Order: sequence, then C-alpha cells, then structure tokens
Amino acid sequence: MTKPLLELRELRIEFPTRRGTLVAIDDVSFAIAPGEVLGVVGESGAGKSLTGAAIIGLLEPPGRIAAGEILLDGMRIDNLPHEAMRRIRGRRIGAIFQDPLTSLNPLYSIGRQLVETIRTHLDMDERAARQRAIDLLREVGIPAAERRIDQYPHQFSGGMRQRVVIALAICAQPQLIIADEPTTALDVSIQAQIIALLKRLGRDHGTAVMLVTHDMGVIAETADRVAVMYAGRIVEIGPVAEVIRAPRHPYTVGLMGSIPSVVDDRERLVQIDGTMPRLTVIPPGCAFHPRCPHVFDRCRRERPELLDADATRAACWLHAPGEKSANAGPRGTKVRR
Amino acid sequence: MTAFVIRRLLQAIVVMLVVAFVAFSLFQYVGDPVQLMMGQFATPADRIRLTHELGLDQPFYVQFFHFVVNALHGQFGVSLRIGKPVSVLLAQRLPATLELSICAALLALAAGIPAGVYAGLRPNSWLARTAMSASLLGVSLPTFLIGILLILVFAVKLGWLPAFGRGDVVHLGGWSTGLLTRSGLLSLIMPTITLGLFQLTLIMRLVRSEMLEVLRADYIKFARARGLSDRAVNFGHALKNTLVPVITITGLQLGSIIAFSIITEQVFQWPGMGLLFVQAVSYADIPVMAAYLCLIALVFVVINLIVDLLYYVVDPRLRIDRAGASGH
Amino acid sequence: MANRLAAALSEAWDSDLAWSFRHSPWAMAAAAVFLACVGAAMLAPWVSPHNPFDLAQLDLSNSLKPPAWIDGGDPSFPLGTDDQGRDILSTIFYGARISLEVGVAAVLFSTVLGVALGLVAGYVGGRIDAFIMRVADVQLSFPAILVALLIDGVARAVLPGAHDSLAFWVLVLAIGVSGWVQYARTVRGSTMVEKNKEYVQAARLFGIHPLAIMARHVLPNVLGPVLVIATIHIATAIITEATLSFLGVGVPPTEPSLGTLIRIGNDFMFSGEWWVTLFPGLALVIMVLAINLLGDWLRDALNPRLR
Repeated sequence: MTKPLLELRELRIEFPTRRGTLVAIDDVSFAIAPGEVLGVVGESGAGKSLTGAAIIGLLEPPGRIAAGEILLDGMRIDNLPHEAMRRIRGRRIGAIFQDPLTSLNPLYSIGRQLVETIRTHLDMDERAARQRAIDLLREVGIPAAERRIDQYPHQFSGGMRQRVVIALAICAQPQLIIADEPTTALDVSIQAQIIALLKRLGRDHGTAVMLVTHDMGVIAETADRVAVMYAGRIVEIGPVAEVIRAPRHPYTVGLMGSIPSVVDDRERLVQIDGTMPRLTVIPPGCAFHPRCPHVFDRCRRERPELLDADATRAACWLHAPGEKSANAGPRGTKVRR
Repeated sequence: MTAFVIRRLLQAIVVMLVVAFVAFSLFQYVGDPVQLMMGQFATPADRIRLTHELGLDQPFYVQFFHFVVNALHGQFGVSLRIGKPVSVLLAQRLPATLELSICAALLALAAGIPAGVYAGLRPNSWLARTAMSASLLGVSLPTFLIGILLILVFAVKLGWLPAFGRGDVVHLGGWSTGLLTRSGLLSLIMPTITLGLFQLTLIMRLVRSEMLEVLRADYIKFARARGLSDRAVNFGHALKNTLVPVITITGLQLGSIIAFSIITEQVFQWPGMGLLFVQAVSYADIPVMAAYLCLIALVFVVINLIVDLLYYVVDPRLRIDRAGASGH
Repeated sequence: MANRLAAALSEAWDSDLAWSFRHSPWAMAAAAVFLACVGAAMLAPWVSPHNPFDLAQLDLSNSLKPPAWIDGGDPSFPLGTDDQGRDILSTIFYGARISLEVGVAAVLFSTVLGVALGLVAGYVGGRIDAFIMRVADVQLSFPAILVALLIDGVARAVLPGAHDSLAFWVLVLAIGVSGWVQYARTVRGSTMVEKNKEYVQAARLFGIHPLAIMARHVLPNVLGPVLVIATIHIATAIITEATLSFLGVGVPPTEPSLGTLIRIGNDFMFSGEWWVTLFPGLALVIMVLAINLLGDWLRDALNPRLR
C-alpha cells in the first residue's frame, strides 16, 4: 500500500451525557490510499456516520474526539483551528449526505450554491465560476445544464438532486470524498446510476472515496476494501473480494447473508438474531457475543483486538492462535449460495 | 403572479365580509338600535318612523347590503356616547395611533431581529442567556404595568419625560403629527417603549427558535461540509431560511401592535383610536365598536396581503408552483 | 400495596421529567414561588393580616399610609394602605385569588373547547374541519385581548343591568374563547395522524363510536403539548384578566383582582402614593413570571430536541 491519504489512529469519540459518558467510537484505526474506495458498513448506530463527521470536523456537540488522531496526507487535522479546518472541508475533503431532498438550500438556485462553493475555495471570478458550475453539472450527468443551473432544488427529482449534491462535493476537486449513505434515500433504479457516477468520478480524478453504507451489496459493487463496524468498533477489515469470498467475523458472515443473490434465492437471507446493543449497554467482552452463533467463554470475558486472519483482519477470538482451529469458525460455515 | 394576487385579494374580501357581518350583527341584534338612538321617551309613531328610516323593516340581506355599502363609504353611524359621526371620530384619532404603532413596530423589529439572530447563533453565550431570561421577564410584564413603571420612574420620580398625552402637534392637512415638535417627540418615547417591548421580546424569541431549528437542517450541515465560511452559512443560508416563518409571524405581530395600542393609549391617555375603543366598550357604544372592528380587520387583511407577497418574493417554491411548472 | 406505591413513586422520581426538574434550579424556585402564590391566594382569609372587605374594620384615618419601613408607616400595614384605609398586603392576597380563579377557569374552558373542536375537526375532516380551522385562522389574526374586549363589550350591551354580578363569568368566557385555537390545532394534528390507524377501524367494527375511542387514544398523546400550552396560557390569561380589569372592563372594584388594584392605584401615582400601584404590580409580575418559568422548563423538558 502506498502512503495513505487519510489515516485514523485509535480514534475514540465520546458523548458526555447526564448518565455517564457514552463511547460511540472506540479504537477505530484505518487508512485510505489515494484513489482508493473504502467501504464502511454496519447497522445504523454502529458509528459509521460519526466517523465520517469526525473526519470533516463536524461532530455535533456534545460529541467529541476523546483520543486518537486523524491524519490527512500525514498532517494531523483533528486538532486544527476552526478556520483552518474550514478550508480543508470542501477543498480537500468533500462530503455527500444521505438525503438529497434536504441537503440543498431550498431558497437558493443550484447555480448560486455551486458558484458560492467554487468561489469559496478557488480563485475565480463570477463568470468563470459559473462556467465551471455548468461543466460540473454536465459532468455529473445533468442534461441541459445551462438551463437548469438557474433552477431551484425543488425542480429536480431525487436522483438529479443527488447528482447536484455530488457536483457540489467535487467542485474544488477534493482528494477524498466522504459519502454517507449516498443512495439510501433513492429509488433502487437510481441507486445504481449514482454508484456508477461515484465510481467514475473516483477513477477520472483519482479521488479517494470513503463510502458509508449499511448495504453490503453497494460495497461489493464499489469498494476496494471494506471495514465492518459493530457497536463503535471495527470488527473486520480487508479487501472486498476477500471479505466477500470468506468473511472471518461471524457478524460479517451475517451481513453477507443479507445480500440478495440472484443465483439461489432459497436460503439467501441469513438472519442475525437479535439487535445491536445500545451504546449504554454494550456487553463486556466481545460486543457481538450475545448474538454470535460461535460464542465461547473467552468471548464473554475478553474483548478481541483486530487479529490477522489470512488476507483480512478480524476482531474475533476464533482467529486467535491457540483457540479452536481458525478454520472451524465462520470459514467452515461459509454462507451458502 | 397576477393570479396569485387576485386569489389573495378575493380571500381578503371574504375575511372582510365575515368581519363586517360580525359588526353588522352587533349593530342589529345587540340591544335595540331604535331604543339606543331615541332613548326611552319616544312615541310609538317616532319609533316606527325611525325603524323605517334605518331600514330595519327590510329583509335581512338588504340591511346587510346597506351596511356594507355604508361601511365602504366610511359611514358607521353616530357614536351613542359622543353624538358625533363615528367616521369623524376615528379620522381624528387615526394619526395618533398610527404614529405610535409604527414607532413601536420599528423598535421591535430593529432590536428584536438582531437580538434573536445573535441568541440563535450563540445560544450558550452569557449575553444570549441574559437576553433570553430578560425576554421571559418581558413576556411576563403586562404592557400596562411597563407603562406604569416607566411613568413612575421617568415622569414622577425623575421628571424627565411627560407622563401623558401627545405633546404639541402640528397639523398637516388632515393629519396631526407629533413628530415635528420637541414635546411631541418626548411624549412619544415612553409609549413607544411600552408598546414595542412585548413585541420585541416575542420577535426575539421567535427568531432565535427559528434560527436554532434552521441551523439543525441538513442543508446547513452540507453547507458547512462544503467549507463555506461561517458568515455565508449563518447570515446567508440560515438567516434567509429563518426569514420565511419570521415574516409571517412578524406580520401578525405588527398588526397586533395596533390592537395592543389600546392598552398603551389608556395608560398614557394617548388620544388615539384605542382610547376611543375602550371608552366605547365600557359604555357599550356599539357603532364605535363595530367601526373599530372593521378598521382593525382592514389593517390585518392589508398586512396579511403584504406578508403573502413578501413570502412569494422570498420563497422560490411558491413562485414556481403557482406558475404550474413541475412541483414535487 | 405500599411497596407498589413506593415503586411508583421512585419511578416517578427517577423519570426524565423529575430528573430535569431536580437539576433545574429555576424550575424549582419557580415552582416554590408559584405554590406560595397559590397558597397565599387560596388561604387569603386566613393569612391576610386584615380583611380589606370588612367595612367594620376599615378606618379612613388609616388611609394612604406608606409601607411600614418608611416614615409615617404603620407596622400593622406592612405594605401601606390605599385611599380607603385597606391594607395593601391583604388586598394583594385577595386580588391574587381572583386573578388565579379567573385564569384557571378561563384556561380550563379554553382547553375543553379547543380539545373538543380539535378532535372533531381532525376526525370528521372535510367541510367541518375547513370551517373550524378557518375560524381559527381568522381569530388568530386578532389579538386575544381584542377578542376578549369585544366579547366583554357585547356582554355589556346584552346584559345592561346584570353585568356586574356576572362579570366573573363574562371574563372567563371572554378570555377562554380568545384562547382555544392553539389547543385545537395541536389536537387536530394528532387526531389526523391517529385517524387511519387500525384500532380506529377495529373500534368501528365493534360498534364503538370511533370518536370515543380516539379521544381515549389521542388524548394521552397530546397530553404533553396541551399541558405546556395550558401552563403558559394560565400566565397569559392572568395577564389578559389584569389588562381587562386595568382597562376598567374586568371584575368590578368591589371584588378587585390584581389588575383592578393596579388601576385604582394608578390614580395615586402622581400624588406620590406609589405603593398603592407598585406592590400589586410586583405581585402580578412575580406570579406570572413563576408560571412562565415553569412553562418554559416544561416545554424544554418534554421536547428535549429544542434545548
């Protein structure tokens, strides 16, 4: 792996509440190389979006980074002053949020929102910025861009609005885009188009993408590597192909089961029993142990760190040297397809 | 645009007709107008003659029609208490009320909106907290008590400002103004504060809560994520979205200033329409009450119309939807 | 039984609402002040040093005495006396009682009227809904004080002789009618959400009138917002009553509320007897402020999003 563009080191995010401090993200480390697409997957509440918000420095109070570092191109950005961080947002790290219907200011034309953003980051006059805005709209696939640039958000369909949002996110050519559930709010037919657009933009401009989603299918299609999060921690991380071929963590196995398969639909949906624990009541040991089909004593006592498991890394005692043969675990019970 | 304005105008006319009907009902059914006008010593023949003259023997809808026609000409009959035409009384008093109300409205807007924006942007600063606590006190202080306290301090104890009346007025055509004399301006200070303070606190609290609401919106988060400056986010994106609801409620509030001037005028013996109205209520002077009601309704309808038009200017969604283009 | 009671109490103590109450010094102080006001008002005949309405106790030689700490004051009249020699402190206790009674009665009236109309509007829909909400819109564009003044004026015209004896109820009606809109809007919204739920359809099958069952299901849902509206509305109603009385169209001077007392005292301000108007005014502000603080806290506690 080349020198990472973005690196998280043992990041920990806390929410002080009146009933004690909630640890929303704990000990999260990963890196994204230039041009790489990293998928971050997990159930809602697992901490995916918070991680994204922390990277762009927009954690909402009272949430705060309690430990760890975030590095962009080798420079720490988690402790930058407000103004310096503002110049990174949009310029070097772009962001896309879940709901295109509410991401755009309803009272400004999309042209005005684009021009404003472009001129914030690039030294351009009004005319040049407007031309760039039209080019961007064209690039993200909006027909008749010259005409539509003066329209207001409510005049665009959901898919088109998400394209506008993407244009806004890339208008200063950031090195990294954090896409937080970019397709969740869209129709299925449009989801594929938006994913294809993101992939194409990443390839054309060498932009790295951190793709946050709960949809393993989207990850499988788009990402180079994937990080699986559960209850605020990464439980497995590795190349997508490898994780899909042979998931090492029992939770990943469960997630894989939720990808609909065209080949055989009889047993395609493996249910994971129970629900993810709330942050207030994370069980001791491995947070997943109450739902894990392979649970044994050690899981209830000790929390597993990420352990090497062939080509990927998984936080599961099944893969600890000296425990039951690693092969007897999830690999032996590979999802039936 | 034209269609929109026409529709609003039609709605306004309907509201005015409803109010006129209430006023008309007051006239016709509250008490016996003939009795009220002639006193107890009229002969039966006189009564029949007056009943006929007033058109009270005509069908209901004809009477209502006459009432509306007369109202359009500003004819609301004769005050039972003072014995002069109501229209003359109101016209004499209108300038005093309008000058006071407009000054109070300007005070409320000029101080309330900036204070609300500040409190919304820095909700945890001590200044905002103090302002919010003070505003709660402002909401809890009845208007008349503010006036009394001001009089007690600045007129009775310190003797700086006149305690009542309008001071010297200058007549410009049919309009009497207190804005051109020193005593007129001094007299205006305390009533303006009294009348404006309550609206000021309301507007400040409203702007603050709208601002807090808007600042949580996704498009504000996205605007920050694009690296826009705080200034652009707060005073461009957030403030403009805050304006939409603020315009509506502020419009209503400004209308109610004219109605609330009733109280202020009573405290400061300000010779406006409100004072006339209070006296009318305590003497059951129905013609004055009915006329005042219609006039206030007219003011509200006009303000509502202006608010709607402003809305239309601020919010593009209305513009396009009216034009029949693709909605959502 | 005792255990269950204890459990229920401890649960209530531990609830979010109680937690927020215990951690809000302002709310606790406001509650204490409010309870003190209510206590003093309800127990006025017993806690007042004098009975200001017992003509036998009045002595004109005691008239217009300043507060006890000022030269010429009399310790038996701690806050001084008015022109008829009535003890100001006692008239405040009695006046607060009338103010509170009018306020609470008017709010109850508003609540019942508003909730009922809101339920009907939300459930029946169509023209009736449109009509009720249209009336609400029109009324909302007029300030409550104007609506109350009009109702009072009409009542005077309709009942020329009997007005004084009915003044209390006319006030309650006037203030109550001027305040129903907010309740109706809240309840209507909630009713429209509930209307299409399955239990309402099921109730129809069982022959229960849907409106009856909806009232049972909707009311608990809107209890929080209605409580907040009602709390703040009590403060507004007391102010409206005081204002009407100050304008001279409220309760008659024989049974003065705080507003009437302020109006009476206003005439003495210029001759230097400021205490006749200032102390009733302060009492009014303190009472209303305490209620507003409670209402504010309640709204924040029930709607944590807006904190």
